[in-house]
Order: sequence, then C-alpha cells, then structure tokens
Amino acid sequence: MRRLRRLVWKEFLELRQDPRLFVLVIIAPIIQLTMLGYAATTDVRDVPVVVADGDRSPASRELIARFDASRNFTVVDTVTSLNDVDAYLQRGTAWVALAIPTGYGAAIHSETPVSLQVVADGTDSNSTTVALGYATSLVNDYAQELVSRRAAATGVRVPGIDLRLRIWFNPQLESRYFMIPGVLALLLLLVTANLAAMGIVREKELGTLEQLNVTPLRRWELIVGKLLPYGVIALIDVLLVTAVAVFWFEVPLRGSFWLLFALSLVYVLCTLGLGLFISTISDTQQQAMMTATFFFLTPMIYLSGFIFPIENMPRVIQYATYLIPLRYFLVIVRGIFLKGLGLAWLWPQAAAMTAWGVIVLGLAVARSRKRTG
Amino acid sequence: MIGRKALAVYRKELRQIARDRRTLLILVFVPAFFLLLYGYALNWDIRHIALAVEDRDGTGDSRALVAAFVNSGYFDRVADVQSPADIDRLLNLNTARAALVIPENFGRDLVNGLRPQVQVIINGDNANTATTVMGYAASIVQSAGAALFEGQLREPPVSIEPRIWYNPELRSTLFLVPGLIAYILMITAVISTAISIVREKESGTIEQVRMAPIDTFSFMVGKSIPYFLISLTSAALIVFAAMLLFGLPMRGNWISLLVAVSLFIAGALGQGLLISTAAETQQVAFQAAMLSSFLPTLMLSGFIFPISSMPTALQLVTYVVPARYFLVALRGIVLKGVPIAVLTPQLAALTVYALAMLALASVRLARERG
Repeated sequence: MRRLRRLVWKEFLELRQDPRLFVLVIIAPIIQLTMLGYAATTDVRDVPVVVADGDRSPASRELIARFDASRNFTVVDTVTSLNDVDAYLQRGTAWVALAIPTGYGAAIHSETPVSLQVVADGTDSNSTTVALGYATSLVNDYAQELVSRRAAATGVRVPGIDLRLRIWFNPQLESRYFMIPGVLALLLLLVTANLAAMGIVREKELGTLEQLNVTPLRRWELIVGKLLPYGVIALIDVLLVTAVAVFWFEVPLRGSFWLLFALSLVYVLCTLGLGLFISTISDTQQQAMMTATFFFLTPMIYLSGFIFPIENMPRVIQYATYLIPLRYFLVIVRGIFLKGLGLAWLWPQAAAMTAWGVIVLGLAVARSRKRTG
Repeated sequence: MIGRKALAVYRKELRQIARDRRTLLILVFVPAFFLLLYGYALNWDIRHIALAVEDRDGTGDSRALVAAFVNSGYFDRVADVQSPADIDRLLNLNTARAALVIPENFGRDLVNGLRPQVQVIINGDNANTATTVMGYAASIVQSAGAALFEGQLREPPVSIEPRIWYNPELRSTLFLVPGLIAYILMITAVISTAISIVREKESGTIEQVRMAPIDTFSFMVGKSIPYFLISLTSAALIVFAAMLLFGLPMRGNWISLLVAVSLFIAGALGQGLLISTAAETQQVAFQAAMLSSFLPTLMLSGFIFPISSMPTALQLVTYVVPARYFLVALRGIVLKGVPIAVLTPQLAALTVYALAMLALASVRLARERG
C-alpha cells in the first residue's frame, strides 16, 4: 500500500511539473462546456427570409408581419419579384424566400384558394426541413384562422380530426438539455483516455518505464498507481461539469446525483482502460495520439448517438455501435438528467459498460505483461 | 539559396515521415476511410420512427388513421399497448419514440362531425428529431382527416408550395460531407504538424537544427511542405470519394476549389507549427491541437450546428474559426456553383488566417532558436 501511495504521489508531482497540462485538464473542460453548451444547439431560430411581394396589399403585409413576428423567422428584405431572390440565396443572406403572388389579397378576400411559393436553400438539409415545417405550420394556422373566422360568420362546423401533441421529458424542446449531458460524457472521454495513453507511452519513450518495471512494485500496483491520478482528475471534472450544467445552464437533474457519480466512475474505468490499451499498442506519443484520435475517439463521438441518432444509421453500423462504451453512458446520463431514471431502468447499460471496462482493462494488462515479462 | 536549404529540410522531414509507416498511412488513407464510414453512417433523414399505438376505439376509422401513420413511411409500428403506463415504459426504454393514442368513440365522433381529438406523445429529449416528428404527425393527421371526409372538405384558403434549391431531396449527406472534408483536413493538418517541432525539442535534435546554417524561413517551409503535399493528396482523395460514393456534385470551378483548399490547409499547417513552437511536450502539444482544431471545427464552424442559432457572443467567436469560412466557400463552390467573386470575403479571411498563422509561427520559432 505504501509503495502504491508513493507511485501515485510521483504521478501527481509529474502532473504538477507541467502547469500547462494542469490548466488543460481542469480549466479547459469548463470553458469547453460553456462554449459547447451554447454552441451545440440544433434549434433553428430566426431563419432569414426574403419576401418577394408581388401583391403589396394589406393582406400580403399582414402575412409578412406574421412571419416577422414569429421567433422562428426574421424578414431580412422585401423585393418585388421572385427573380430577385437568387442573389440572397447564393450569398446565404436568406435561407428561405417567400413569394406572394399578384392578386393574393383579392383571392383571400373572395375566398378563392391561393398558394404561396416558398423557395428554400436545401444546402443545410436539417435546418431547411425544420424551417419548412415552421413555414407550413405558420401558414396552416393562418388558414385555420381564416376558416374559423368564416365559419363563425356563417355558423357552419368544419369536420376533421384535432391533434393534441404532447412532448415528454423536454417540453420546451431545448436542444441544450439533450446536448449538455452528452458533452459531459464526451469531455471525460477526451480528457482521460488521451492523458492515460500518453502518460504511459511517455515513460516508454523516455525509458523510465524500465526503471518502474525493475522496482518491487507489483504489476497491479503499477497500473493502479499510473491510472489513479487520472481517475481523480476525471472525477473532479465530473463534479465541475455537472455543477456548470445544473447551475449555469439549468439542465434539470431529475434523477439521483449519486447514481450519476457512481456510473461516471464506471465509465471513467472504461476510458482509462482504453487509454492503457492504446498505450500498449503504441511506441511513440505521436502514434498514441493518432491511434487514439482516429481509431477510437472520432468514431466513438460520431457513432455513439452524441449528435447523430443511432436509429438513422445503416443496420450494420447500428450493430457496431454496441462496441462503444460512450453509447451506453449517453443513455445513462440523458436518462438520469432528463428522464430521472434509476438503476431499475439503466442496469442493462450499466452492466454493458462494466463488462466493457473489465474486458479492455484485462486486455491491456495481458498485453503489457507479455511485452515486459 | 533559400530554396536549396528548404529542400534539404524538406527531404529530411519526408524521410522521417516515411519511416513511421503507421503515421503516414493514417495521414493519407484514414481520411478517405473516415469519409466512407461517416458519409454512410451519419444523417438526419428521420425515417422509421418507432411508434407505439394505443387504439381504444378499434373501429375501421381508427385503423385507417393508424394505417395512415404506417403507410407514410416515416413511422414503424413497434407495439400495441393498452394503458398509459405501457407508453411510459416504452418511452423510458427508448423502444418507442412516439405514441399515438386514439380515444374511445373516435369513429362515431368523426362521423358525427364532432372533431375527435387524437393524442400524439413524443419523446422530446432530442429536440430536433422531436420537431420533425411533430411536423410529420401534424400533416398525417390533417390529411387523414381530409381523406375520411373526401368531398366535404374544401381546399384551405392559403397553402404553401415548397421548392428546394441546391439539394432538392434534402439529403443531409450533401450538407454533411463538405463539413466532414473540412473537419478531417483540419485535424490531420494541425495534429501532424503540431508535434513535428516539439518532437525535435523532446529528443534534443532541435539543438542540431539550431546549429545548422538554415534560416528560420527555410526551416519552416521545408518542415511544412511535406505535410502540405500529404494533406492535399488526402483532400483530393476525399473529394473524389465523396463525388463517386455520395453523389456530391461539382457545380462550380475546380480552380476555385483548389485555391480554397490550399489556403485552408496552409493555415491549418501554420496553426500546427505555432502550437509546436509554443509547447514543451508532445502531450501538451496534442491537447492544445485538439482543443484548437478538433472542437471548434466540430462545434463552431457551422458543420453541424447552425451558427445563426447561437447566442450573439458566441457568433462573434465563430469569426476566428477558419473552418467557418472554408465551409461557406466549399459548400458554395460544390453545391451552389457560385462564382469565385461571391466568395471573396471568405477567401480573404482564409488568406489572412494562413498568413497570420505562418507569420506567428515564424516569429516564435525565430525567438526559440535565439
């Protein structure tokens, strides 16, 4: 035990010797979370609209005012013909062009159905889909209003089906609530896996690993001693990042904090195990960081469901995602934060993650024994 | 004179890169492999939304409504449930993303013109998916209502007729692939050069470089040209792969594309060299490279998250993210075919970025060499 304590102490001393590293490990995650918390929003607001108003009547102005008043749209300019909108869409100064035909006001007045042309820049397919949805529902609401105004005047009931939409877990549809718990998982992975991998490879490169190998330290003591300091840093990061998420971004933490903390520990075990494993398959720090970034971190980020829903991926890749511990941890953090789920719901993810951690640590230990032994 | 010395450094660096096969392979082929993987895997085209159905009516009309959901192609009926508790369970487990609840007497009320109310419950955790699902549900219910009352319902007084330019099928791949190109280039260029000088510092060979009769400028040029060529090769590979595999169109001018890509790579290499001169250990260099290239390109460039939705303060920050300009230029050239004159502000910004990074790196390196 004393030997272990010495080794942990040595690791901390080394970390402290490089003050820049310390800043990167403690300050950077907070800055990143703040930035990402604000940036990682897929909400589409204030879509710039250019209006080609061929009618210039009170009715067309009423419609334009409706677009401008909605928080989803901002009318950037009004032109007279649809030919003038090209320049706006090419430069990207407007994403959507709304064309109001000549005679629109007269048609509304005489109750003749009229259709508006909406031209959208499809480059950003995602935002465009959302923006078109907004435009459709804005116009539908307006149409509905016109219908009921007339129905009220004539006293005829309009048949059909009413829809009541209910959104669970995130009724205001804040994308922040979805992304920020994800950022916690992402930052832990970036910080711990890299540090652990490079910390060990560095000793290999410098030749000091040999010295450690000939000390009376047992193998498990060596591994625990190397990993423990990074584990401690990771847990501090968990506390910091959770605090920022809850108190600054006001993401609701509906589940148990202790469960979150405990499962973060399991997750950090996985990421540290991964770092250790990468260190056993790399000889230089350059190799370690390339291997980590390209073969482990990037695929994990993209394929874990952090940004892109797994259910949209091709079947084969969906199966591959089961190999990614981040996938399980994302379900866990989002479940605890947004849905308030307990272990009764999350045990399959927790079990899968534990198994992953044990296997990767086992592999890493086995590999390092073969090499040095 | 400068040319010969730079050439010598260039040869030395190239030899060093060639010796580390794994790193070279990573730099050249992995980008194309990435594009392949992510190009197929990543999309926002929301289909197959798992739907749980609670049909308390069980008449022909209610079944017709359920069929309208399934036949739309957007919804997959994954479960039939009896009670709200079941819906709760399915949504908690993510087995279902949405639930459709049809009330008792739906069919009767519909026939009597009482406008029965159906309920659609959506898991809102992913706000974006939820918004899309809401839109689908609303239009299906509306058109099903109209279909059940064919002839009786008049055309709405105002409607929308959408037309989509540049990407008419709204394939998210066409939007994401240029972003992936920027992201992959940025990372490979910054990370590969970020360690190139620190490594010499750590192994002590920087002393030899310091003694050698080479001026800073030649040293910089010689150091960066091999990486420039590698990055350009891998850029070409990715662009061609994107066109062959994902139907990425080329509506603009090849020369403009080459100019934009070269400027972007030059800037990224300069940024890497700057990090390399500032850092003392590879560990620090790597972390700094990740923080300054990886995350901003992913988050603040408009690659995934629309810049216009960010708070104003953060929008100002995005002006210093080079990928922001590169992405506008790349999407403009490839998808919209805009003439280069329209892209002058973006190309100017990229030029400033490249010059600033290379100049800063030279100054720091000159000071370092004393």
